[in-house]
Amino acid sequence: MSKEINIEELKSIIEPYVQNKENWDNLTDETDFINDLEINSANLVDIVLDIEDAFEIEIDNESMEQMLTIKSSITVIKDKINNK
Amino acid sequence: MSKRRVVITGLGVVSPNGISLRSFNKAIQKGESGIRFEKELEKLKFSCQLAGKPIYSDDYLNNYFNNIELRGLNASGLEYGVIAGLDAWRDAGFELNNSDEPLWDVGVIFGTGILGVDKFREAIYKVDEGKVRRLGSTTVPQTMASGISAFLGGKIGCGNIVTTNSSACSTGTEAILMGYNHILTGQAEVILAGSTSDASPYVWGGFDAMRILPNKYNDNESKASRPMSASASGFVPGSGAGALIIESYEHAIKRGAKIYAEILGGNSNSGGQRNGGSMTAPNSIAVQKCIKDAIKNANITANDIDAINGHLTATSKDSTEIKNWCEALNRYGDDFPYINSLKGMTGHCLSASGSIEAVATVLELNNEYIFGNINCDDLNPKITALISEKSIPQKTISYQANIIAKASFGFGDVNACIIFKKYKNEK
Repeated sequence: MSKEINIEELKSIIEPYVQNKENWDNLTDETDFINDLEINSANLVDIVLDIEDAFEIEIDNESMEQMLTIKSSITVIKDKINNK
Repeated sequence: MSKRRVVITGLGVVSPNGISLRSFNKAIQKGESGIRFEKELEKLKFSCQLAGKPIYSDDYLNNYFNNIELRGLNASGLEYGVIAGLDAWRDAGFELNNSDEPLWDVGVIFGTGILGVDKFREAIYKVDEGKVRRLGSTTVPQTMASGISAFLGGKIGCGNIVTTNSSACSTGTEAILMGYNHILTGQAEVILAGSTSDASPYVWGGFDAMRILPNKYNDNESKASRPMSASASGFVPGSGAGALIIESYEHAIKRGAKIYAEILGGNSNSGGQRNGGSMTAPNSIAVQKCIKDAIKNANITANDIDAINGHLTATSKDSTEIKNWCEALNRYGDDFPYINSLKGMTGHCLSASGSIEAVATVLELNNEYIFGNINCDDLNPKITALISEKSIPQKTISYQANIIAKASFGFGDVNACIIFKKYKNEK
């Protein structure tokens, strides 16, 4: 049985790092973490660690590099959950 | 060409006996000790189970750090330095720079011996467990020595020099001197100068191992740090941070800043670990030369010095320091200026000691007092053979000093001495 992804949980992990609140309020699946939300690129690794803890998964470097939008993040998380 | 004038316009301090300028100013006049028994050190089987550690609640950090910065924060020296640094900045009447343009004339010189040892311990455990990827992004900025100056420089938005100096227990005094010189030579208008030191058994353990800390006062905490006392048996390790806003006189006057004191000059040198000097002991010739060169650099005479804030750590070597002051100034007995040591109340705050003690010195000049030395009612006879007991006030006295010399000496046989002068409104 795979755990469902709670979007709100994912958003609550990302929100503290967001610097562009306007784009955050108009968030879409394609919103880019770095270009649109202006998240400090160094903080992406912290977000990934928080996601690992929240969803009880491990995210390798290659997958991490893809996690630049909500949509791509969900894809990676789902993949990791299903392949646990 | 006459020398550029350099003044102090802001102060900040996080000390074992006071975490704000106001509480610190009160505590040092009352002779309040910040030395406490530490259960953790007992558990770890330290010989000296006492330490000087600033006390505040976690909530207090919200005034200085945002939520992201607080996540995974485990570097006490970074906390102390940021609190003291930002307090000094605000005390000087400045605000944080919210524009996109860095303040090109403003810099930070903030020293430390080592930063974030507890964070580093965390990292070591993770690395050894093969979990290096779990370190996140917070390890480097909390454990790089310059993490403290980098953090302050970013908060304030500085565009001038942003660096961290390190010279053991003379670090703080040296930072102020470096800031002074940077302004003197016209390279900056304002420097936030200071130093910090972590509170951690991993910092203090090495000193405990050298058997230079007192081990007979674990049940008598406030009496343990005894500078200039016959029963001094070692320094109590401390921690904290001190910060000073150093500014060119013109810049300060132009913006109508309050001026605490003036820096007339100073000197830093080394004894080369020769002639009695070593990694851990000072070459007395160099100590005396440092004091004499500071006086010369400040364009004053030895007789102009009204008081001294010594290094005086509370070891049997305190008498050697007094002898060096006597010989450097050629003043003995009743002719010797007032002298005090803050370490009786705070312990030896290591790389933070020079800046915390410089803040105390500037407060003395500004508020016209000389704080009393605690725990030396039994003065070391080797000291009283050189100078009068009257030079070593046991209680705070009201006194309008014009010039106070502050010196710090550190492992590696390094010395630093600054000459502070009372500022009198010239308008």
